[in-house]
Amino acid sequence: MIQVLVIGAGPAGLAAARAARRLGASVTLLDSSDQLGGQFWRHLPAARPAARERILHHGWDTFQSLSATLESDGGCRIIRSANVFALETAAAGPGTVHVIVGAPDGVGRKRLSFSPDAIVLATGAHDRTLPFPGWDLPGVFTGGAAQALAKGERLAVGRRVVVSGAGPFLLPVAASLVAVGSRVLGVYEANRLPALVRGWLPRPWQLLGAWKKGAELGGYARGHLAHRIPYKLGRAVVAAHGTDRVESVTVAEITADWTPIPGTERRIAVDAVCISHGFTPRLELAVAAGCALTLERFVRVDDRQHSSAPGVYAAGEITGIGGVDLALAEGTIAGHAAAGGTIGDRALRTTVRGRRTFQGFAARIEAAHGIRAGWPEMLTSDTIVCRCEEVTYGHLCETAESTGSRSLRAIKLSTRAGLGICQGRICGRSVEELLACRAGGGLVDGVNTDRRPISGTIRLGELAAAVTPADSYRLTSTSESSKGTL
Amino acid sequence: MPSRLLPFCNDSIRPASPTPVTITVNGEPMTGVTGQSLAGVILAGGTLGFRHTSVAGRPRGVFCGIGVCYDCLVEVNDQRDVRACQRRAAEGDVVRSQHDPLPAGPGEATPTPGVTAS
Repeated sequence: MIQVLVIGAGPAGLAAARAARRLGASVTLLDSSDQLGGQFWRHLPAARPAARERILHHGWDTFQSLSATLESDGGCRIIRSANVFALETAAAGPGTVHVIVGAPDGVGRKRLSFSPDAIVLATGAHDRTLPFPGWDLPGVFTGGAAQALAKGERLAVGRRVVVSGAGPFLLPVAASLVAVGSRVLGVYEANRLPALVRGWLPRPWQLLGAWKKGAELGGYARGHLAHRIPYKLGRAVVAAHGTDRVESVTVAEITADWTPIPGTERRIAVDAVCISHGFTPRLELAVAAGCALTLERFVRVDDRQHSSAPGVYAAGEITGIGGVDLALAEGTIAGHAAAGGTIGDRALRTTVRGRRTFQGFAARIEAAHGIRAGWPEMLTSDTIVCRCEEVTYGHLCETAESTGSRSLRAIKLSTRAGLGICQGRICGRSVEELLACRAGGGLVDGVNTDRRPISGTIRLGELAAAVTPADSYRLTSTSESSKGTL
Repeated sequence: MPSRLLPFCNDSIRPASPTPVTITVNGEPMTGVTGQSLAGVILAGGTLGFRHTSVAGRPRGVFCGIGVCYDCLVEVNDQRDVRACQRRAAEGDVVRSQHDPLPAGPGEATPTPGVTAS
């Protein structure tokens, strides 16, 4: 029987697990959370049942059906609170996946390893937030944080909040804030109307099949109007102010390339600000597996969602930021192919069509809402770029200039930018972009910040501990697995 | 108290009546709802700053909320470096904020941040 290991239990991973099971493969599904659903279907824990939770989610019924099917299926082993900390390639097959299971950042967790016939990577993405003066103050959150705390805990990060950045995600963030009682003073989308038109208007017939996506965004827009939230284009939060916490922000008009326009600044008193400039795919496992990336730095896949690494499939946001419907379609195809199915199979016909419908979204979002080259104009020399190691923009520039280095690795080692505990997840791409435009002719060492051979934090004692053979590790019930993390 | 939990009786999703969970944070008791993360309980208590940084002694709190940024690290029951946004609060958890000043260089004073977590 084919053994399929699915990493990530968001929309793509859940769909992959179900598709692989339909073809009779033996499936193991891992997620670092103690709940299924990933960030998109982040929900209240079992300890806090709510009668109408579905009104907070798009595709909630799909989620319920996927998770119920998998949870009741003896051929699908679900391991929650499972942190993959390394992936080693092998001469044959996709390699060995090393996992630590237990309370997040706990001690004495259990180490497991898997050597499956096929791996489906569905590791998703996290917010990309560009640095700006004051972004390290408590009270400055990513959009994803506001969303996760609202949906997962019913917590409002602030009473008076502004949302700023770029992309359609700003709308559900504002909607979630309003739903937990925050007053959203404004949503500031950095890009201007011509960019939005350029992204969304061409070939509108291609959008026809994507009516579900339109309905999702339309729902947010209606909520927006109902709560009279100003939605302003071509503006951005360019600074956050306060001593121990954010007390106000400066909002300014910015040009089409995101350079702040002097004289347009306006100060707004807030107690929280939520920033999101798009998403960064979580690529470390794909890189460790040897998967080739596209120019846009997503996992390159063929029509079976197979990557360039043997036996390694990829689905969802790591192949392009395309949203839930694309993730579900890609996951289904990846799981089907990983279990030995072929793309021409009848059962897959609708899904393959669905994937084509939603595939254009990633490119449209990038064209309409992508990060523009003028963003470093927001920075001052004392703006923190690397939050972990507290490396300022000034220090990065001085080091690049005084050493004349065009090597990302060398400048990282000299400044410690990107070498902190988050392993460059938050600042990595920003550091790369800042250095690439400072170093004349760009960086030359071909290094990027997505490579993390140890892909999750693990305590040294746990690393030294014996590995429990995966086959002898059985979870007796789902309640036991969630208890382990409380 | 700017960050706060939506009272369950006002919540349109009609949650069941919540079970309280009490932890201590730097010696002060804080009560949240069972199933909340440590970060959620601390935020709902109105505290945004969780720790001070090593180099400049600047306050930091929850940033990414999904376990990526490590800005919300706290000590829990004598275990250091726990992401407060990832760990669910358990009754009686003893949480302390972390601050690890850098060793002072020759002729330098160790940065001393304010000790309050506001």
